[in-house]
Amino acid sequence: MQAVRTAAAARLAEMGWPTRRDEYWRWTDPATFAAEEVPESEAFRVERPIFSGMDKLRLVFTDGVFDAAASDDAALAGVEISRLANAPKWAVDAVGSLEAAGQKPVRRPLAALNTARATDGILVRVTGRATKPLHISYRQSSNTSDAILHHYIKLEPGAELTLLETGTAGARANLVMEVDVGEGARFHHIRPQGRSVGHRVVSAIFARVGAQAVFKSFTLSMNGRLTRNEAMIEIVGDNAVAHIAGAALGDGADDDFHHDDTVFITHGAVGCESRQVFKKVLRHGAVGVFQGKILVRNGAQKTDGYQISQALMLDDSCQFLAKPELEIYADDVKCSHGSTTGAIDETALFYLRSRGVPREEAVALLVLSFLADAIAEIDDETIAADILARLEEWLARHRG
Amino acid sequence: MLKIKDLHVKLQDEEKVILKGVDLEVATGQVHAIMGPNGSGKSTLSYVLSGREGYEVTAGSATLQGQDLLVLDPEERAAAGLFLAFQYPVEIPGVGNMVFLRTAVNAQRKARGEDEISATDFLKLVREKAKTLKIDADMLKRPVNVGFSGGEKKRNEILQMAVLEPRMCILDETDSGLDVDAMKLVADGVNALRDAGRSFLVITHYQRLLDHIAPDVVHIMADGRIVRSGGPELALEVEKNGYADILAEVR
Repeated sequence: MQAVRTAAAARLAEMGWPTRRDEYWRWTDPATFAAEEVPESEAFRVERPIFSGMDKLRLVFTDGVFDAAASDDAALAGVEISRLANAPKWAVDAVGSLEAAGQKPVRRPLAALNTARATDGILVRVTGRATKPLHISYRQSSNTSDAILHHYIKLEPGAELTLLETGTAGARANLVMEVDVGEGARFHHIRPQGRSVGHRVVSAIFARVGAQAVFKSFTLSMNGRLTRNEAMIEIVGDNAVAHIAGAALGDGADDDFHHDDTVFITHGAVGCESRQVFKKVLRHGAVGVFQGKILVRNGAQKTDGYQISQALMLDDSCQFLAKPELEIYADDVKCSHGSTTGAIDETALFYLRSRGVPREEAVALLVLSFLADAIAEIDDETIAADILARLEEWLARHRG
Repeated sequence: MLKIKDLHVKLQDEEKVILKGVDLEVATGQVHAIMGPNGSGKSTLSYVLSGREGYEVTAGSATLQGQDLLVLDPEERAAAGLFLAFQYPVEIPGVGNMVFLRTAVNAQRKARGEDEISATDFLKLVREKAKTLKIDADMLKRPVNVGFSGGEKKRNEILQMAVLEPRMCILDETDSGLDVDAMKLVADGVNALRDAGRSFLVITHYQRLLDHIAPDVVHIMADGRIVRSGGPELALEVEKNGYADILAEVR
């Protein structure tokens, strides 16, 4: 693994640290991710634990270190789990490979830093259909914890895994997950992020999606001073499906809220479908950023690509910055994108109120209505219900 | 039940005056119809009564069973027993019809200091009401008005009315965009709700809806005022001769 880390360090040295002059960092300042001192952030217990009623295998990381005592026994049929430090043979050449490949055409220096300096992480090889979800649960005990975690998930052909990722990894966190979805395999990822208002997180998913495979990822973000979620998805096999969705709700009255989704999906095969569905609800000076690209390579015919990014502003003080991009080199494709920014629909609000629903409750219903397309990207009804419950908790806390 | 006196209304953001002294009194248990040409202020009257923003009352009053409506928020007017069936019911994606209805019922109960209805009682209540309106279970599960046909949307309005059991129902051009069969279904739904304690104000362009919902009193509205009132025969006169004769006579 030392060779992997050295190579990543060399990539980082060559690229240098990003600044706001970089095309994809114009709207989000990378500076605090490099600061020597970690700005303090205290974990809070306002939100109830999520997915607590589900049967799952839980692996806990506290302040960026695997916490064996708090974790379940890592035994699950069809799933091999190890720690980054004890990489099995299959992982030695794999770890860092998707991150390295994902450095083109846009450089991702923070991800290279992660590969070079990760303190921990899990390596998962799925050979069959996992009978229950794998749950990575982050906990934060120190107000200045600085977590760099690197996970690698490999799904062999035909394998299936649902991965839940919850909690705050640290006051400052740099999280990378590489996912290799083999032919005909199915990967579902659900990520309710961060239960502390002040944390800063930069995350990156590097996925490779094989023929007839399914990759689906959904993220819910409701807290955090600074969140930058990147996803680089490369579809390499025919008739594959890749969906990525996110719902972010930010209230600047809690603390600063700056939320950035930066997505790059590459179609490199025939007959594949991709979706990007991102919704942001902003109030009290919250800032939302969306940078999403669909690249269709030469020969990736019959591509069906769609991207939508929308912001709902609950007052006039917020900002939504969106950059949708399409780059297409095949001539028989269906690709579209849309981006909107708007306030609560006054006619719909009046309709609800005229039925007796008080204004604040009506606004909450319309927020849920706005987010519905993103929530609909979650296939599992139990998981969707838990996500919805957490959303409703946030809405109940942020009325008036 | 509903008393409107010398009601003057202008648009909030413009100097445009829409209602220029409306006087109207609907007694308990009665059905009144308001007819009138486009732009006469019929829909504005329904919006002002139900509390939509964007209008400014410059003079006059409106009370429901003695309670001043104009100082109340829309949700308070609903809890007080007022209901407006929209001309264009609003689509609300992602919010199920049942969730919406139950939220509304419980919000009104809470406002009146009553207990919430239990989930099973509510389901039973809605199913029963839906059946008489020929609304199938599938429509109840779908998001509010999304993908509904014009007729389904109007029937959904009547279903809400049936479930919420208001005392004063205002129907704003409920017949617009409906074919004869759909109109009949809607009218049957309304007729089923008629009783001695409930009043209706039916706003319509055409007499044909009044063939199915027989009014006690018909009013003609023009240029922001009620210019004539009479029995059901007034509607027939409009149907036969149009508004021109009446308007000429009033002028």
